[in-house]
Amino acid sequence: MATSPLLDAKIPAGPLEEKWNRYRSSVPLVNPANKRRLEIIVVGTGLAGASAAATLAELGYKVKAFCFQDSPRRAHSIAAQGGINAAKNYQNDGDSVYRLFYDTVKGGDYRSRESNVYRLAEVSGSIIDQCVAQGVPFAREYGGLLSNRSFGGVQVQRTFYAAGQTGQQLLLGAYSALERQVGIGAVKMYSRHEMLDIVMIDGKCRGIIARNMVTGELERHAGHAVLICSGGYGNVFYLSTNAMGSNATAAWKAHKRGAFFGNPCFTQIHPTCIPVSGEHQSKLTLMSESLRNDGRIWVPKKQNDNRNPNAIPEDERDYYLERRYPAFGNLVPRDIASRAAKERCDAGYGVGPSKMAVYLDYTSAIERYGRAEANKNNLFNATPEQIIQMGKAVVKEKYGNLFDMYKQITGEDPYEVPMRIYPAVHYTMGGIWVDYNLMTTVPGLYALGEANFSDHGANRLGASALMQGLADGYFVIPYTIGAYLANEIRSGDISTNHEAFVRTEQEVKERIEKLLSINGKTSPEQFHRRLGKIMWDKCGMARNAEGLKEAIQEIRALRKEFWSDLRVVGTANELNPELDRAGRVADFIELGELMCLDALNRNESCGGHFREEFQTEDGEALRDDENYMYVAAWQYLGESQWELHKEDLVYENIKIAQRSYK
Amino acid sequence: MDANANMHLTLNVWRQKNNSTEGGFETYEVSDVSPDMSFLEMLDVLNERLVHEGKEPIAFDHDCREGICGSCSMYINGRPHGPLKGVATCQLHMRTFKSGDTIAIEPWRAVAFPVLKDLVTDRSAFDRIIASGGFVSVNTGNARDANSLPVAKENADDAFMAASCIGCGACVAACKNSSAMLFVSAKISQLALLPQGQAERKIRAEKMVAQMDAEGFGACSNTGACSAECPKEISLDTIARTNREYLGAKLTSSVV
Repeated sequence: MATSPLLDAKIPAGPLEEKWNRYRSSVPLVNPANKRRLEIIVVGTGLAGASAAATLAELGYKVKAFCFQDSPRRAHSIAAQGGINAAKNYQNDGDSVYRLFYDTVKGGDYRSRESNVYRLAEVSGSIIDQCVAQGVPFAREYGGLLSNRSFGGVQVQRTFYAAGQTGQQLLLGAYSALERQVGIGAVKMYSRHEMLDIVMIDGKCRGIIARNMVTGELERHAGHAVLICSGGYGNVFYLSTNAMGSNATAAWKAHKRGAFFGNPCFTQIHPTCIPVSGEHQSKLTLMSESLRNDGRIWVPKKQNDNRNPNAIPEDERDYYLERRYPAFGNLVPRDIASRAAKERCDAGYGVGPSKMAVYLDYTSAIERYGRAEANKNNLFNATPEQIIQMGKAVVKEKYGNLFDMYKQITGEDPYEVPMRIYPAVHYTMGGIWVDYNLMTTVPGLYALGEANFSDHGANRLGASALMQGLADGYFVIPYTIGAYLANEIRSGDISTNHEAFVRTEQEVKERIEKLLSINGKTSPEQFHRRLGKIMWDKCGMARNAEGLKEAIQEIRALRKEFWSDLRVVGTANELNPELDRAGRVADFIELGELMCLDALNRNESCGGHFREEFQTEDGEALRDDENYMYVAAWQYLGESQWELHKEDLVYENIKIAQRSYK
Repeated sequence: MDANANMHLTLNVWRQKNNSTEGGFETYEVSDVSPDMSFLEMLDVLNERLVHEGKEPIAFDHDCREGICGSCSMYINGRPHGPLKGVATCQLHMRTFKSGDTIAIEPWRAVAFPVLKDLVTDRSAFDRIIASGGFVSVNTGNARDANSLPVAKENADDAFMAASCIGCGACVAACKNSSAMLFVSAKISQLALLPQGQAERKIRAEKMVAQMDAEGFGACSNTGACSAECPKEISLDTIARTNREYLGAKLTSSVV
């Protein structure tokens, strides 16, 4: 294999530990006077977008930030629950930058780029420092120092958290930094705006076309660089833990204008979500991975056991993760925990009305914590009731909001009966291909956070998404963007009257008119639902060649039907959520086809990509390093046409092994 | 359809084309509602039906549907986010209602939150209040090691409780004066409780309160409806703290 000449990752030379430091000290700078003349457009205001926009504005660049929500504070990073990793080694348990790097590459099943992951681990500590300085109220111990917990795929405690609302607190930190820049006029904020295309002039990205979602007006915005920070594409599956508005449109428009799409089939199915309760379901709700710190996962040993879980004695329960993976137990990585749950349910051991669920049980944790509290308070004769009561109080402090949410949604009290959980689509490791600078294959166009493909390989470890979003925005792009912008200081202002802006705006307008003029019978919602079903059934937790080929045909047929039978009520010149939805579904349909194509191409199993034809005897993912140790970067050539480019993955600092958590 | 999808409801929903058109209530009957549906999923079902009939669906803000993004914002039978304590609309489930119920649904009513369409309001005033001072002025890259600044656990916990505000605007909607005092106080309290927030403590209180007034929110008369209706149950203590912060700031400062 050889890396495609179109994919220069621009990895700096030198030893792994010195790459970033050396590069950072040598990357071209832009002087303050020139920064004031350079405009940067940031699309999306989640952790990556908000942190990038705030930091770039602090540096003196002129920044415009866009989000489709009514406020930048509502980006879906807000919903991240469990925590953020950092190699601080505050617990003195042997953590280090190398170990975080190693865990991340191994957790990603050896499909991520070494240099990017190492840099991520290197800056992880600074993220915590920065957030604390902003006033992010992380959980603390009685001595006033920061508290940590464990997440899947890891044997140290390096996760920082704020109850089950870590994403909220980190995003509000980044949001307040962003609003501070808005207040002093360094960032111009455009809420309720959706990016509908990028504008290319002489081979460079020079701006965007955005729609004001309240008035429907199309706007041209010029910039010397455009940052896509629009998150992942999990909603291609219709049901996922993503927010209702999370979409792939910005990333997909960038792809169609020349940005290669990396590893689109790498999606993460999260093992602990509240099971689907009925046809009406609009989204799925995650129960944080942090719950696996203390909760034990089990199913009955007997098939179709309909007894109340509390009535099933200990020796009739199968703690299948502890049985199969004694070294990591309930804290195996997400892909493994998800497949194990699916395996048990498919084999007839599932629980609950749908039989597509397993138990997440807190009984023993409540007792353990209760005993510890009793000891702490010198209550040596505590009754079992007292112990349970004290244990529940501890669990409430650690996970209270999650338990409340579970009760709210299911009507069952998880302090009394085990939770029922099942895997659901949660995150996409794939995304726009970027080089070491986070630049896409389009000059001047960058992708940050979940929108890019770079750091998590084929499976992301828990608490690493927040880390990556903030690393990209606070500590990577502010430096690496200089490599490009240093050459842009002579470009001057970019006119939005340029022919390219006029033409692109016209194309966007025509597409909107097309969507509104089909006048068919089927709503965007119905098409989305049907696409989701195809994707979940054939490109979900398990895939095979035959199913993927069928899926591609079905998606093509669905696309045809979409463009001939869509019904969008309302007009283009008003607040029209149906129209917004229609445009996003159209893009999801195209992306879904590419995901299936990528999954079909990758004749191996790795991380979240599980091809049924490629598994070990005991059902673990079977990689093919000889033929597939590469990033699949897809170039868009036209409707249903893509060309595959490969970036070889070279591991010089890590020994490649069959991933084992046993 | 679900086996237990059997509730029938009458909805009186505020419909308004845009900010410059007068709005009014319209009545809709919905059947086959499952008790397991969330309130917004019930509206989804109605909207799907309206689309099929070629009518405009009801516009409402929503996104995460996990009670954390703060997008959803509507009165349900006159109460912000409906009848349950500590629950946002998206986490309210239909098992809370009975078949045969009539439910009134309205957008936030406050001068500072103009209606954009149906149940959708413009809450950008909240962003401007944060932009006026709801932050610690620390540029990226200036931070010292996180553990070099211990924070007493009680303070950290109280700061977290205040910081859990989702910015939905229910406090304003619940207040007879449409005051944003609870929203403002949550942020002022969070940062006043932490050592990081000390340097700008006074000017922050002054600026945020001034911006709240400029946006057209009413005065606080301490009735406590805001905290009672807050989906995150932000405590009224934050308002007491803010009054102290503000008074202290005003007595010694001439900045604003």
